[in-house]
Amino acid sequence: MENLNSYLIVSAILFSIGTIGVLTRKNAIVIFMCIELMLNAVNLTFVALSRHLGNLDGQVFVFFIMTVAAAEAAVGLALIIAFFNNKESINVDDVNLMKW
Amino acid sequence: MFDNVWLIPLFPLIGFLINGLFGKKIKNEAVIGGIGTLMIFLSFLVSCGILMQMIGLPPEQRVFEKVIFPWIHSGHFKADMAFLLDPLSCVMIMVVTGVGSLIHLYSIGYMHGEEGFYRFFAYLNLFCMSMLLLVLGSNMLVMFIGWEGVGLCSYLLIGYYFHKKSAGDAAKKAFVMNRVGDFGFLIGLFTLYWWFGSNHNIWTINFTEIKAASHLLPYGGVVTVATLCFFVGATGKSAQLPLFTWLPDAMEGPTPVSALIHAATMVTAGVYMIGRMSFVFIKSPETMMVVAVIGAATAIFAATIGTAQNDIKRVLAYSTVSQLGFMFLAMGVGAFSAGIFHLMTHAFFKACLFLGSGSVIHAMHHALHKIHAHDDAQDMRNMGGLKGAMPITFITFLVSTIAIAGIPGFSGFFSKDEILWQAFSNPYHGGLNVVLWGIGAIAACFTAFYMFRLVFMTFYGECRINPKAKSYLHESPLVITIPLMVLGALAVVGGYLGMPKILGMLPNYFEHWLEPVFELATEYSTKYAHQGAHPSHALEWGLMGLSVVIALVGITIAFTMYVQNKELPGKFVAAFPALHRAVFNKWYVDELYDYLFVNPCKALGQFLWKGFDVLIVDGIVNGVANVVMGFSGIFRYMQSGYIYNYAFSMALGVVVMLGYFIFK
Repeated sequence: MENLNSYLIVSAILFSIGTIGVLTRKNAIVIFMCIELMLNAVNLTFVALSRHLGNLDGQVFVFFIMTVAAAEAAVGLALIIAFFNNKESINVDDVNLMKW
Repeated sequence: MFDNVWLIPLFPLIGFLINGLFGKKIKNEAVIGGIGTLMIFLSFLVSCGILMQMIGLPPEQRVFEKVIFPWIHSGHFKADMAFLLDPLSCVMIMVVTGVGSLIHLYSIGYMHGEEGFYRFFAYLNLFCMSMLLLVLGSNMLVMFIGWEGVGLCSYLLIGYYFHKKSAGDAAKKAFVMNRVGDFGFLIGLFTLYWWFGSNHNIWTINFTEIKAASHLLPYGGVVTVATLCFFVGATGKSAQLPLFTWLPDAMEGPTPVSALIHAATMVTAGVYMIGRMSFVFIKSPETMMVVAVIGAATAIFAATIGTAQNDIKRVLAYSTVSQLGFMFLAMGVGAFSAGIFHLMTHAFFKACLFLGSGSVIHAMHHALHKIHAHDDAQDMRNMGGLKGAMPITFITFLVSTIAIAGIPGFSGFFSKDEILWQAFSNPYHGGLNVVLWGIGAIAACFTAFYMFRLVFMTFYGECRINPKAKSYLHESPLVITIPLMVLGALAVVGGYLGMPKILGMLPNYFEHWLEPVFELATEYSTKYAHQGAHPSHALEWGLMGLSVVIALVGITIAFTMYVQNKELPGKFVAAFPALHRAVFNKWYVDELYDYLFVNPCKALGQFLWKGFDVLIVDGIVNGVANVVMGFSGIFRYMQSGYIYNYAFSMALGVVVMLGYFIFK
C-alpha cells in the first residue's frame, strides 16, 4: 500500500487523543469512551498493516480486540454503576477514599 | 556372685523409680521407707556375697570386669557401661551400702511426718545408685556419671526444705562449687586420653587398660597437668581448700543427708578417685606434694574453725572437712591404703556422730515445739545435761567421739595414727615430712578438743534448755537408736581390721587386702623415693605415744574449759577478741569469695542483662523495626488515592517499556 503511512499516522493521532482523554477528563463515562477510542486506533493499525503485508493475521486479531473491548466496557459500566450507588456522582475526583 | 554385680546399682534405681513415680500415691510412710531401705539392703547383701567370694580367691584373681552393655563406640572412642570389681571397689561398696542401709532405716524415724517423705527416699536411693556407679565404674566415663549424679542428688537433698531461702542458696552453692571441680576432672580426663592416644595410639579411658599402659607415662610433665586437674575435681567433690565452703552450708539439709552424703560417701569420692588412679598420681611427685600440703592445710584450717562454732551440725561439718584433709594427706604421701582405711573408719564414726546429733536435734525440736518456743534446736548453747534424758544416744555419741579423737583401742586411733606415721616417714617429700606430721598432729589435737567440747556442751552440765521444755526431752525410738548402736559398735571394732604391724597383735588385714591394688604405684614410686635408712621401730612407738598424748591434751583442755571452769571460754574470747571473731566467722573465706568471684559474676550478669541484652540485642531488633517504619513513611506517599496519578503512571510505564525496546 503506497499510503500506509497515512493510516498509521491517523491511528497514532487517534491513540494519543484517547490517552490524553483518559488522563485529563473528569467524567468516568467519557474516560471509558476514550479507552474505546484507543482500542479502535489499534484496530486501525492492525487492519492497515494486514492489508500492507498481505497477511490476514492482523484482521483476525482485530476480532479478538473487539471482543475484549466489549467485555471490558460491560465490566467497567458495572463498576461505574456500583460506584454511583455509593457516591451519587461519577466524577473521578470523588474516588478518593484511599487518599492519604 | 561376681556376675551379679550389676544388681548392686540396680536395686536403688528401682527404689528411686518406685518411690519417685508412685510415692505420692502410696501415702503409707512404712511402705515408702520400707521399699527404700529394702532396696539398698539388698545391694548390701549382694556386696557381702561378693566380698565372701573375693576372700575365697587368691589375691591375683581378685579382679573382675563385667560389661553390662557396650555403650559408645565412635571411631577411637570406646566407652562401655562396665563395672570393675577389685578389693578397693569391694571396700567401697560395702561401706556405701552398709552405712547407706543404716541411714535409710534411721530416716524412716527421723523424717516421720514430713510432707515430702517419698521425695526424700526417692532422692536418697538415686544418690546411692549414683555413688555405686561411681565406685564400681570401670572406665572414667561411668565414674563421671556417678560423680555428676552424686552432685545432683546433693543439690536435691540439701535443698529438700525448698521453702527456706537459705536451703536453696546452700544447694546452689554446693552444686556450683562441685561444678568447678567437675570441670577440672574433665580436663584431666581429656588430657590423659589425648596424651595416650596421640603419643602411643592407645585410645582408652578404661582403668584396667590405662593401668596396663601406665608404664608408658613419663614422670611429671603432662602427668602433673592431668593429675592436678583431677585433683581440682577431688577438691570440689571432697571439700578441700579452696572449694570447701559449701560443706558447712550443706548442713541446711536434713541430718540423714548430712550423715550419708556429707560424711560417709559423696565427700569420699575424691579420695576414692585418687586411690583408683594411684598409678597415675604416683608418677607426678609435684602433684603428690600438692595433695599432701592441701590435705594438711585443710585439716588444720577447718579444725580451727570448728573450735568456735555453736551449731552442733556446723562443728561436725568442719570436722568432716578436717578429716577429709587427713585422708588427702595420706594419699599425698603415698599411703593409699591408710587413706582408704581412714575413709572407712571415718564413715563409721562420722555417720554415728551425725545420726546422734540428729537424734539430739530431733528431741530438742520435739520438746521446744511442745511448748511453742522458737529457740534454735541445733544451738549447743541451748543444750546441756542430755545424757540423763538420752542415754543410748549419749553412749554411742561418746564412743564415736573417743574414736575420732584418736584414743587407742578405738578405730579412729589406728587409722589416724597410721596416716601421721606415714606422713612422717614417707620417702617422698624429704624435709617437708616433719612439717606435714606437725600440722597433722596439731589438727588432731584440735579435733580432740572441739569434739569433746561438743560432747561436754551437749550432754554434760546443767540443762540450758527452756525449763518448760525439759520434761519433754526423751530418747529417740528404736528405728533411730538401732543404727546408732550398730555404727557405734563399728566405730569401736572397725579399726581392728587395720592394726599396725608394730603392735604385733593382729596382722594388718586391711593393708594386705588392698596391696594388689596399689602395688603398681609402689613399684613406680621406687624410681624417685629417697632411699634413706628405714625408720626405726622406736621412732614409730614414740610417735604413736605422742599422738595419744596430743589427743589427751586436747581432751583435758576441753574438760577444763567446759566442765570444770565454765568461765574460761568467756575469758578466752575477751582476751583475744579479734582472733575469736576471725575464727567464728570462718576466717572470712566466704566474704573473700563473695568479693573475688560471686560479686563480679553478679556484676557481669547485670551488665549482660542491662547493657547487652536490653541495649544491644533489643536495640537491634527494635532498630530494624524503626528503619522499616521510616522507609514506609516515605513510600506511603506513592499511594495517593488520586486516580489521575495512577492512570498517568500506567501510561508512563508503557512509554518507558516501548522506549527500551525501540532504542535497544
